[in-house]
Amino acid sequence: MSINQNPAPTEKKVSAASVEVPSYIQRRTWQQLLRGDLGFIPVLLTLLAITVYFQATTIPPGSTEGIASGLFLSPVNISNLFQQVATIGIDALGVTLVLLLGEIDLSVAAVGTFGAVVMGVLLNYHGFSAWEAILVGILAGALAGAINGFFIAVLRIPSFIVTLAASIFYSGLLINLLNGQATLIIHDSQVLAIAGSATSFLPDIFGVGLPTLALVLYGAALLFDQLARRRAGLRTKPFVQLVAQIAVVVVLVGGTVAILENTPSPTPGQFLGIPNSTAILFGLIVIMWLVLTKTTFGRHVYAVGGNAEAARRAGINVTFIRVMIFTLCSSFAALGGIVAASLANAVATQINPALLLDAIAAPVIGGVSLFGGVGSAWFIVLGTLIIGSLENGLALKSQTTDVKLMVEGAVLLLAVTVDAIVRRAQRRTGR
Amino acid sequence: MADSTTPYIGGESTPAPGLPPQGEPRLRMRGINKSFGTVRALTDVDFEVYAGEVVGLVGDNGAGKSTLIKAVAGVGPADSGEIFLEGQQVHITNPQGATRLGIETVYQDLALSDNLDVVANLFLGRELVNVIPLNEIEMEKRGLSVLQSLDVKLPSVRAKVAQLSGGQRQSIAVAKTILRNARVVLLDEPTAALGVVQTRQVLQLIHRLRDQGLAIVVISHNLANVFEVVDRVIVLRLGRRVGTFDIKTTTPEQVVASITGAEFGELLQTTQTNGDETSGGNVQ
Repeated sequence: MSINQNPAPTEKKVSAASVEVPSYIQRRTWQQLLRGDLGFIPVLLTLLAITVYFQATTIPPGSTEGIASGLFLSPVNISNLFQQVATIGIDALGVTLVLLLGEIDLSVAAVGTFGAVVMGVLLNYHGFSAWEAILVGILAGALAGAINGFFIAVLRIPSFIVTLAASIFYSGLLINLLNGQATLIIHDSQVLAIAGSATSFLPDIFGVGLPTLALVLYGAALLFDQLARRRAGLRTKPFVQLVAQIAVVVVLVGGTVAILENTPSPTPGQFLGIPNSTAILFGLIVIMWLVLTKTTFGRHVYAVGGNAEAARRAGINVTFIRVMIFTLCSSFAALGGIVAASLANAVATQINPALLLDAIAAPVIGGVSLFGGVGSAWFIVLGTLIIGSLENGLALKSQTTDVKLMVEGAVLLLAVTVDAIVRRAQRRTGR
Repeated sequence: MADSTTPYIGGESTPAPGLPPQGEPRLRMRGINKSFGTVRALTDVDFEVYAGEVVGLVGDNGAGKSTLIKAVAGVGPADSGEIFLEGQQVHITNPQGATRLGIETVYQDLALSDNLDVVANLFLGRELVNVIPLNEIEMEKRGLSVLQSLDVKLPSVRAKVAQLSGGQRQSIAVAKTILRNARVVLLDEPTAALGVVQTRQVLQLIHRLRDQGLAIVVISHNLANVFEVVDRVIVLRLGRRVGTFDIKTTTPEQVVASITGAEFGELLQTTQTNGDETSGGNVQ
């Protein structure tokens, strides 16, 4: 009788302690922790330094309140900042997916603008309703991404070249679609309501209700998982750590919601609340995080990014994963373009030159590796805030585009250098 | 988890480890030929491995070891020849087909994803789910149970594979094959690039696999390791099977002679060619 069947879990009492030997855990130095689990701390410190610098240098002349009166951290500016970064953040989500595969997408800005132009043209000239036009705009982006994915995954052309070519192509196509017009003004009230009007904010019941619901579900899921693991005899986190984790998340989310909800509106006596675009961005982050960490598809994305050959041998359809990811990336880009169009109340044939740089820089600065397989949807939050703060702060200080671009370029180079050095150090110490 | 597409064949008892093989081999290959252009990589090679047995496949570089393994693993199907699993003829044309039949190969480069944790690697491509979300708890339980049966020690099953030692990584690659209900496990250079202690761990692991009734093929250059772990040695030279040795009655020198084709080996080869019809006749 062959006994190489799977031992059914009920047959034998599994004891984690017989396999997991705590003494095998190497004591890690601070340096190693900073390169690994605590890798976000340098990024967080950078964001704090930027914040303090801009807050201290934007105090209006003659103010008696000192640093507290800085313009940078005023509620209105924070609300502005969140609205300004929505497009970068949504694009960065797509770029994160592509980076997880160890690939690159240089066409996000062009495809994003293309999606917005498709929406605008359908709205203005073809009588589509807002939702139809938005849907077709996003589908146009998805199609562009699927074509990219086909060349990259099936024909194995380097993504760098494919997406560069796509970027040039869609820049031309959107000029063609707009028929020589430089700007297309968007009048549709439903599209403008996404991000570009005085009503582009969630009603308070959702603005407070949705984050609260998300927090309750998050806490409950963690506790439920802890109990289920204990019942199964698996190793569990210390209870204190679990509570601390939930507490940190509650404070971060609660604090952000409180600031945004208490932002005074231009109309005296009213408050703005959470911008729709911010809600869209964070909704997408949560969904993408769940898909990446809790589903088979997400697991396979990381596997392909970490070791494509191992993934192939494990029976994963690597080509499918690659095509899907490029399709998703371009869909995110089109959605980002639509949000940008709503915010600006217009679509221009001139693609924002900084958008591509920002969309790639945000995940990289946040810690998503350029070499594939490492990163989380949440990493873009810090990266996007750093990029957004630099732009916002330099604008508050009345600096022009030249300075902004130079500073952003330097920050991006620094982030990529750190990523590469960490990789090399891990290769030396790892295995 | 049980692979319903696999017809379960068998019912014959697994011989006690170390005893001379008897009955139908778990895996038998007959008359395997393979050419790459004008180069004949394998010429009429027969091969067999029994349940509960470890066979060492040895030979010099270019002797055809990897080609033979690739033929049965479905990576590089043979030009001609027959493959039998538990006496039934099978056709292996791709790696998935081999896996479905319960033939698992652990390659030299290990085929693990460094950025995933141990459990994720064990179930890669065969994740367990609760409808849609991954069933992490069940995977961790089954993973622990298999690692326990192989007596593998780790800092944590949630550690990233990149943080583990070479021996631990090799153990995980092997545990993965067991989770896939392997019946035949092919190990390509399992101890290459391992330290002394880790090599010991992997050799013990191979013994435990054998004790679980699997048929195991070990390809190795390291004769000392081969002699420590295998029951029989099959020698390939220049694409032909030139010798079969029962490890208990053989010295490493005899095997070396057979590998290199020294005078003593020539003698063996003629003996073997005569005895090829029965294949597996022990040369003393």
